[in-house]
Amino acid sequence: MRGRFITFGRKCRERWQLFLFLIPAAAVVLIFNYWPMLGAQIAFRDYQPRAGIWNSPWVGFKHFIKFFHSYQFERVLGNTLILSFYSLAASFPLSILMALAINLVRRTGFKKFVQTVSYMPYFISVVVLVGILNQVLSPVVGIYGGVYRLFCGSGYPPDILANAGTFRHLYVWSGIWQSLGWNTIIYLAALSSVDLELHEAAQLDGANRLKRVVYIDLPILLPTAAIMLILSVGSLMSVGFDKAYLMQNNANLSASEIISTYIYKTGMNNGTAQFSYATAIGLFNSAVNCCMLLVVNKLADKVGDGGYGLF
Amino acid sequence: MSRNKGGRPAGAIRDSREDKILYTAVTAVLIVFLLLVAYPLIYVVSSSFSSGTAVSTGQVFLWPVDFSLEGYKTVFAHKLIGAAYRNTLFYTSAGTAINVTITVMCAYPLARNDFPMRKFFSVFFLVVMFFSGGMIPTYMVVSNLKLTNTIWAMLLPGAISVYNMILVRTFLKNSIPQALLEVSQIDGCSDAKYFFHILLPLSKPVIAVITLYYAVGHWNAYFNAMMYLSDQELYPLQLILRQILVANQVNLNEMVDVEALVAKQGLADVLKYALIVVSTAPILCVYPFLQRFFMKGVMLGSVKG
Repeated sequence: MRGRFITFGRKCRERWQLFLFLIPAAAVVLIFNYWPMLGAQIAFRDYQPRAGIWNSPWVGFKHFIKFFHSYQFERVLGNTLILSFYSLAASFPLSILMALAINLVRRTGFKKFVQTVSYMPYFISVVVLVGILNQVLSPVVGIYGGVYRLFCGSGYPPDILANAGTFRHLYVWSGIWQSLGWNTIIYLAALSSVDLELHEAAQLDGANRLKRVVYIDLPILLPTAAIMLILSVGSLMSVGFDKAYLMQNNANLSASEIISTYIYKTGMNNGTAQFSYATAIGLFNSAVNCCMLLVVNKLADKVGDGGYGLF
Repeated sequence: MSRNKGGRPAGAIRDSREDKILYTAVTAVLIVFLLLVAYPLIYVVSSSFSSGTAVSTGQVFLWPVDFSLEGYKTVFAHKLIGAAYRNTLFYTSAGTAINVTITVMCAYPLARNDFPMRKFFSVFFLVVMFFSGGMIPTYMVVSNLKLTNTIWAMLLPGAISVYNMILVRTFLKNSIPQALLEVSQIDGCSDAKYFFHILLPLSKPVIAVITLYYAVGHWNAYFNAMMYLSDQELYPLQLILRQILVANQVNLNEMVDVEALVAKQGLADVLKYALIVVSTAPILCVYPFLQRFFMKGVMLGSVKG
């Protein structure tokens, strides 16, 4: 045992320069990721600024129970899950179909053009995306209003931006507009590894292109698709704060309030009074997320023959 | 993606009738898709070059109506936008420099098989991808450190993305032959020297990839600024954009040109379109030339090291 420690110590001394390389990254992660994890204990306390994190009184699961019993619980959890399932259900099959379609293009120039144009929206910031939505779909100044007046003469169409019923569709389909092209990249990469001889053989046997898409291209995509699906299930609970927050208005709040926006509002808009409560909600979300990610990673590792899991 | 002939051996069998229909259908679908993607972008650009009245009465459909540059003039005359643009340029360049340095330095020891505490540190960094303390505790740390309302709040939290670090580590492990290390060690090369003289020059492709990822991230980010900054002089572009585009606060007093106040509403709308163009153009203009790096990043990220 002692011998092992000595060799370990010697190895560390030999490789001391490598430790220096790690210092900045480790410091950043320690301060901005691990320190907050310690601070998250205020979820179990009643945080008082004067007493600080370590001396505020313990209250156990009070804040968690308060959240589970509040009318907001079902609402924000439901909204979060519906948004992410809807996004996944719409974008996952579409990106596979789109990749198959792009792969069918034989003129290299056109194919490149399709790719370049369809990747573009991916680089637009969320703020600008929501800004574009607000402008274009505005009943007064946008295309939406313009087209309406073109057919109906005058007046304004119903407002679809301040509307709880349309929020989810707008959220999901603007997301697809932004990232459908980008999502095909990984599938196109998989498709480019198809063995040409397979196609030749199938062609000699009289299989037309559509048959070959179904029996050759699609099966090639399946492992990648399975992994992508599993990995996205892992992030179902972590719908991004940015877009939902920016698209929110008083009229669509019943559909657009998700966990992260709710945390932000309760935590940041009330001084320090709700710090503990907001932290508890965040901790609940983090814990669920973490479990899902762990399970999903195990699964991905199994499906992908150990090639995809993070550990 | 060199084999893009759709599996069609050169000069082999001619397209059957069914194949022709399929190819035509696919082309048609893709053209519709292209139009759907491109139309909103074209509409934004056209509107930004139209007159205020044309935009606010919804006359613009495809091309600019009453071509005018008043939108851009207003953007450039706006007090806050210029400063915010400079801030964003600073946050993007300084932030990306910090990000890339820290990330590559961190990936190097973790890619070395002979690094004694590799397992421990790998887990140390991976935990962060799975669990976080949350929004409020992070805010408390930043404010305890007195970083709120300073430029450091924009640069330090999230200075390393573990995902990008793994990307670099994977590259170092898979694309750089182990023999190189052995040879240089025989020649008496220290670990640091090996990094600076041999590894860095060979890692240019992956460094390009993460530089672009980080830079786009900084350019587009607004959350940290919204959380930590209250001083308008420190605001990045995206936060000003949020005020104007989303919260709809066009403060007409901030427009210097008094005559411009006349066509208020119209001007406010053209201003928005021009602002979208001005803030997004740099990325969209540069991106086609760097497209292959971005795609390489997606590919690298899908293979485990």
